[in-house]
Amino acid sequence: MDIPELTIGELKDILRDAAGEGEEEVPDIKFPDTEFSDLGYDSLALLEVEGRIERRYGITLEDSGLAEAATPRLFLMAVNLQLAAQAAKWR
Amino acid sequence: MRTHVVVTGIGIVAANGLGTSDYWEATKSGTGGIGAVRRFDATGYPSRLSGEVPGFVAAAHLPSRLIPQTDHMTQLALVAADWALLDAGVDPARWPEFSIGVTTAASSGGFEFGQRELQNLWRKGGEYVSAYQSFAWFYAVNTGQISIHHGLRGPSGVLVSDQAGGLDAVAQGRRQIWKGMRVMVTGGVDASICPWGWVAQLTSRRMSTEDDPKRAYRPFDAEAAGHVPGEGGAILILEDADSARERGARVYGEIGGYAATFDPAPGSGRESGLRRAITLALADAGLSSGDVDVVLADAAGMPDLDRVEAAAIGAVFGPRGVPVTAPKTMTGRLLSGAGPLDLATALLSIRDGLIPPTINVVPASEYELDLVVAAPRTAPVNAALVLARGYGGFNSAMIVRRAVG
Repeated sequence: MDIPELTIGELKDILRDAAGEGEEEVPDIKFPDTEFSDLGYDSLALLEVEGRIERRYGITLEDSGLAEAATPRLFLMAVNLQLAAQAAKWR
Repeated sequence: MRTHVVVTGIGIVAANGLGTSDYWEATKSGTGGIGAVRRFDATGYPSRLSGEVPGFVAAAHLPSRLIPQTDHMTQLALVAADWALLDAGVDPARWPEFSIGVTTAASSGGFEFGQRELQNLWRKGGEYVSAYQSFAWFYAVNTGQISIHHGLRGPSGVLVSDQAGGLDAVAQGRRQIWKGMRVMVTGGVDASICPWGWVAQLTSRRMSTEDDPKRAYRPFDAEAAGHVPGEGGAILILEDADSARERGARVYGEIGGYAATFDPAPGSGRESGLRRAITLALADAGLSSGDVDVVLADAAGMPDLDRVEAAAIGAVFGPRGVPVTAPKTMTGRLLSGAGPLDLATALLSIRDGLIPPTINVVPASEYELDLVVAAPRTAPVNAALVLARGYGGFNSAMIVRRAVG
């Protein structure tokens, strides 16, 4: 079975859906490495995003790895790590 | 010696007008905004009319990031606050960091948002409840979001006393200015037009079951049989009078006096606290009853409550002793928004020398009220008394008057 993986584009969509548009002035190329606070997303926005990812993949995310993820790229890495670990368990 | 506290900005959201000038144009001419409920399907309910703010699209006024985390009432409040600050010429970024606070009133918090999340909880599970439910439902959220959105770090809070709360919040804003603040953002905006909010309000047994908007809400009429709930209210910018003068701000008027009382327990045989609230407010303002040019009534629209209010007004001002009006017949009863909207209306009456009418009402002669009906009345207005009564026994009275100097 394929390991589920969230892409940066999908994360952007979930963010927008959960918490509205980010700061307009940040170009796409800079988005992955811009801090969430500079994008205009606070801790509750990320909590909301985590909830949606959990529902989408039917998993429970652990807060620990995600809490320190300051940028979309780091957040994505932490999420995909957990998704892969869950997939390995189910095999 | 208490500093004078004036109003330098107004922002209004109401069923007959989105924005101060729309509202005042409609109100002056007796144009109401009550109609069939549109926000949800109310056909199965005993009450099916409401006063809903027309043409409000949150995304047109607010940054997209605020939309998912705010109830409809908070969106209305944020926009009203934006407009009030603009109207006052106050750009918070240019003021000292802790010089502006926020005190609003709320009756019910974010019911529409809360209902949706409760439905998510029970239909789908806890993991489907929005993280934003943590504050979007809460009474203080309007104060919170206004304060965060504008970086207002002065003392802030919320007053919850049903329909009396709006006046209580403005009074608290006045107290903060006496204690040293230069500006306070005050007022109230409520919006509970959703099934959960509807059912909650129906328990008061004071909601009209009439389907004709012209007959549904008729305070002081012999056929009064309840009120129509509305959404909206007003945000007022209060300011230290010296501060306003120094920066050349336009002043609508002064918060002249205020008092709040509580009714005795039902069955005690003692009179309601409303008359005392009026006399204490007059004393606070240093005015006599003869100085008041108009009373904006609470106007419950239930015969027993109308009788109590008419008696209190009559006891202080004498039979037909002062013009009385209820512009809320055009907007519905706005819970925490009622007091501030009536204050704004009173200030505009002072500015324009015009008393807006009470619509759809033929006043019952037993009340001995000089009720302004049929048409607006042109008359100089130098001081106005606003009354607000909250379910459960709250009575608040506030006097606004033309500012001196």
